[in-house]
Amino acid sequence: MSNSYTDKLLRVNLSDGTVKTEKINRSWQKEFIGGRGLATKYLVSETDSKTDPLGKENKLIFVTGPLTGTSAPTGARYMVVTKSPLTGAIACSNSGGYFGSELKFAGYDMIIFEGASYKPVYLSIYNDDVVIKDASAIWGKGVWETEDILKSVEGDSDSKVAAIGPAGENKVLFSCIVNEKHRAAGRSGVGAVMGSKKLKAVVVRGTKGIGVSNPKRFFENINKSKEILKEAPVTGKALPAYGTAVLVNVMNEYGGLPSYNFRSSQFANADKISGETIADTRLVANKACFACTIACGRVTKLPDDASERYIISTSSRNWKDAGGGPEYENIWAMAPMCGIDDIDALIKANWLCNDLGMDPISYGATLACAMELYENGAIDEKTAGMNLNFGNSETLVKMVYDTGHRSGFGNYLAEGSYRLSKQFGHPEFFMGVKKQEFPAYDPRAVQGIGLAYATNNRGADHLRAYTIASEIMGIPEKTDPAATEGKAALTKLFQDATGVVDSSGLCIFSTFAIGLPEIVPMINSAAGSDYSVDDALKIGERIWNMEHLYNLSAGIPGAEDTLPKRILEGKIAEGPTKGMINKLDKMLPEYYRLRGWDDNAVPSKEKIEELGLG
Amino acid sequence: MKSLRVDISKCTACKQCELACSWHLTEQFNPAKSAIKAFVFDAIARYVPYACFQCDEAWCMNSCPISAISIDVKTKAKIVDKNSCVGCKVCTLACPFGTISFDSVTGKVYKCDLCDGDPSCVTVCPTDAILYKDVDTASTPKMSEWALRLTDAYSIKEANL
Repeated sequence: MSNSYTDKLLRVNLSDGTVKTEKINRSWQKEFIGGRGLATKYLVSETDSKTDPLGKENKLIFVTGPLTGTSAPTGARYMVVTKSPLTGAIACSNSGGYFGSELKFAGYDMIIFEGASYKPVYLSIYNDDVVIKDASAIWGKGVWETEDILKSVEGDSDSKVAAIGPAGENKVLFSCIVNEKHRAAGRSGVGAVMGSKKLKAVVVRGTKGIGVSNPKRFFENINKSKEILKEAPVTGKALPAYGTAVLVNVMNEYGGLPSYNFRSSQFANADKISGETIADTRLVANKACFACTIACGRVTKLPDDASERYIISTSSRNWKDAGGGPEYENIWAMAPMCGIDDIDALIKANWLCNDLGMDPISYGATLACAMELYENGAIDEKTAGMNLNFGNSETLVKMVYDTGHRSGFGNYLAEGSYRLSKQFGHPEFFMGVKKQEFPAYDPRAVQGIGLAYATNNRGADHLRAYTIASEIMGIPEKTDPAATEGKAALTKLFQDATGVVDSSGLCIFSTFAIGLPEIVPMINSAAGSDYSVDDALKIGERIWNMEHLYNLSAGIPGAEDTLPKRILEGKIAEGPTKGMINKLDKMLPEYYRLRGWDDNAVPSKEKIEELGLG
Repeated sequence: MKSLRVDISKCTACKQCELACSWHLTEQFNPAKSAIKAFVFDAIARYVPYACFQCDEAWCMNSCPISAISIDVKTKAKIVDKNSCVGCKVCTLACPFGTISFDSVTGKVYKCDLCDGDPSCVTVCPTDAILYKDVDTASTPKMSEWALRLTDAYSIKEANL
């Protein structure tokens, strides 16, 4: 029977230079759907949780879901699953663009990279022809130039490229893997793992088709979802008009946009860097990922005078060309967090992060931490090599380059703010969880997101339980951001549902409009499965617990499910959310109870058995 | 008679047109086998859906040695008869626009057939970047757009009078 899986994986051993095609384990596929769940099952089964993330025993898995490459709206996603060098926890970073679907068209659901090459290589995939090739000539080059060169060398402009830049090569702990130049598997340092394997890029071209198991039902289901996405205010209007940056003004007005390394929860000049301002002054196009009917992606252009400021020779980049972004999280980390309101410096720093292959959230947040250390005198100008005052936009742009290359003070920033703040004697300046930096929502002002950060399997991050949807936007229903009641259940439900979305190949943004009652039928009619919504939620719970058990076994105890002192005790000083702190202790015990975990976050035997994780 | 009309300022390069077209032609999702392609020109932020223009005196049709390409009575689309196509590829050389292609799996050529008058690329386009419009009045909107621009010129002239 035809379905939307290819049922094949590529196993690439970079130590001995072999490539094998294998059948996907069908019972795991059924237990985990695909994507994040399936790849995590492979990782936990094939590697030791205590392995060195940058050692050759760690594996790096690229994976798609059953809806990736179909016409299901937002069915573009691929995920990268590995052990994170930043957190030491499980990493699963997710990207859109055209790479994931192309991998399916080439005939593969997944690639497992194991071992490490002794010299730089890239993997070339053209349907059944899969070859490990020499990458000496492109090692050291930026992501954009790498993509252009590989497309030209491989001779097919329709090839899709996922690559690391200098940051991944230099094992910057928050380096990422970038595809189509501006789409990234962004967080937790998956790029450094790729760099440790001396794998510069994956180039893929596929000309095979993907079927679905029940075309009539599939088209009914996707047409219904497309209609809902079009009519919903967030996916039909706000995101197409302003992209994710629509949140800058929303969060700022509410008093939940952290600035100056979380010492304030508003930013006076937010309007200078808002989605509205970008749309009015810098936006040149909306760009969709594969099969996406929302098209939240921004394409911007710098004005001529700004394109010449802070020029850094990093690639053949023409700074007058249009480029991707900036997205909300990146704007926040590199502007309000660093006290910067210069939109052009921000756009340029964002492009440089993409070219060097570096997560702009962790980069901006780490720079903000360095700025606080500088302000406190823990770092002086001689150590930093430049002035690290909050608001210095020249520093913002230049430090991207130094961080990606680990040159000068950039070598400290490349370790992330957890290690940086410890190094310079102020661990309390680290704003994150499990060694990973927070994203752009103040957990003092929004209670549920604090619990979501604290319990997140990949460290501080918004994309495993985006409770902001409920607490700020009222999706699927409004909850009070100041209240702790009900947030444990909300967080658990969002975590479990997100596991399903991440395993399907859809983008989490689809859930601003559709939910599992729409998503599960799309999966079923494409994959030939017969999951109920409850089955799917159980799969989400299984994925969450599997990741959590991996972390426990890797040596990350429940005690790390916490938030920095500044968030738990330091009241917001002014603005509409003045006086608020995060009351994690009011939510965490209930959360553990709902999860079937004890006070130390250890799942009960019954829970493990119930989920088939024994 | 209608034809495909593209407004590139609306295209987001989501490729839903390629998915719909390849499904129509092959009953699979396969952009490599789509008769319409949405090209991406990142540096200038332009995304351009591109397909057969259905030439009146079509090079592909006139070059086919066995007359496997004919005109659909209803839509005037140039249609490839898969049963008679021998896969010689002469049409792909003759077409000045590159919009007829060879499929190595079937051994036949394929092109846009206007989906029997209900083009699926038009149906699925989320931004109305691809429309199916009457050819005889197709240029009116563009004339109107330029007419509007000329109002500036007129007002300058009037101001000088």
